[in-house]
Amino acid sequence: MRRRVVVGLLVLVSLVLITVYFRESPNGSLHSFQSAGSSVLRPFEIAADRIARPFQDAYNWTADVFHAKNENKQLREDVKKLRQQAIQNSAAAGERDQLRKLLRLRRIPAYEDLVRTAVTAEVLSNPASQFDQTIVIAAGRNDGVRAYDAVVTDRGLVGQVTKTFRDTALVTLLTDKESAVTARDHRTGAIGMVQHSQGAEDLLFLDRVGKDKTVDKGDVVITAGQQSGHRLSSIYPRNIPIGQVTKVGQTDVDPFQDIQVMPYVDFSSLQYVQVLVNKKPLPKMP
Amino acid sequence: MTLAIVKAAVLFFVVAIVQVTIVSSIGILGGSPDLVLVTLVAVALTQGSIFGAVTGFWVGLLLDIARLGTLGFTSLLLTLAGFWIGRYGETTGRDRAHAPLLSVAVVTVLYAIGSLVMHFLLRESAPARIVLIDELPATVALNLLITFPVFWLVRRLFAPPARRPEVEFVG
Repeated sequence: MRRRVVVGLLVLVSLVLITVYFRESPNGSLHSFQSAGSSVLRPFEIAADRIARPFQDAYNWTADVFHAKNENKQLREDVKKLRQQAIQNSAAAGERDQLRKLLRLRRIPAYEDLVRTAVTAEVLSNPASQFDQTIVIAAGRNDGVRAYDAVVTDRGLVGQVTKTFRDTALVTLLTDKESAVTARDHRTGAIGMVQHSQGAEDLLFLDRVGKDKTVDKGDVVITAGQQSGHRLSSIYPRNIPIGQVTKVGQTDVDPFQDIQVMPYVDFSSLQYVQVLVNKKPLPKMP
Repeated sequence: MTLAIVKAAVLFFVVAIVQVTIVSSIGILGGSPDLVLVTLVAVALTQGSIFGAVTGFWVGLLLDIARLGTLGFTSLLLTLAGFWIGRYGETTGRDRAHAPLLSVAVVTVLYAIGSLVMHFLLRESAPARIVLIDELPATVALNLLITFPVFWLVRRLFAPPARRPEVEFVG
């Protein structure tokens, strides 16, 4: 009897917690309790991470050694191509700046504008499972982080901030089922929507690209900075690298191309991220 | 009893931190070990259903706070897991050699299904195929792999103090 009472009570408390948490606003008492609890746990999480870091680094180093030889060959070829491209880009950039001045072009925020003021944060927890494609970072409202801020690494787009607390924030990854970002083929300008492939792998799909648009294997996919179909600005600044096209196909029944994108970011082992803090007021939701 | 509660509170605090910061980032064959779940099974099997339910609630709450998830979500699942395994340990599973492995395997599967159902009820993404086919077999295997070390540690930690014999032979 006592056993059932205890369990019943605990189950009831859990259900009440779930219900209240769901119904209250982000400034509610349970959210505040969670924020305070998260601040208390933060030093322990950082300490555990520091202790484990040498072992993780040793493991990663060993794994990397096996890939290094093949990667080196590929990188040498890439360097040759990129060197030529850099010369062309430099000339084009000068021309672009001159034209911008002449046209007095007003631009939506770009990755390169925001990265200078970005907040760098340590990742406190990685995704727990396929259900939970979120990470917790050691920067919150006190550091100027706001909901909907884009999160990146040196490799590319990670996701967006979905909840902020005093010293921590919850980031929903691009691999989450609910995540989507308007993206552009850097070479051809074809615009589509990048979403997770719904498989176990960290593969993405560039959806909504019509069959008349050109997208080739090896093309780089970046954020478009505008919403697909209309000219509203996206919550993600433009020009953030997302990944590289690995497969392009099409079927008769689908009006859009079937484009597979391999993300640049390894979502399973994030250590540090940058939050692109946007100082401008957020657009009001309809 | 008080000492056991303190030990369990500290143990699960450490295990939750280790799970969130280190273990969850270890991905092998699409799954990652669930140290919290295996430790909970070990504690519940050796300490009983009430102890299992209470510690399940405590560690669930810690995980919900650390992962900034919905408060009460993991608590509910781990309370039920702790209670159920505790009951098994008190009844049919008592002194059975296969009980730890069987409990860990079954609880891992039920926990995944329970999470899936809860996410579905809360209208959150619940990718059943990924969780049950791509991820679950590897998670079960990894959990089974860490079962014996974790059980050994828990048994040592919660072992009753050795009694002094009532009659001592001297000389």
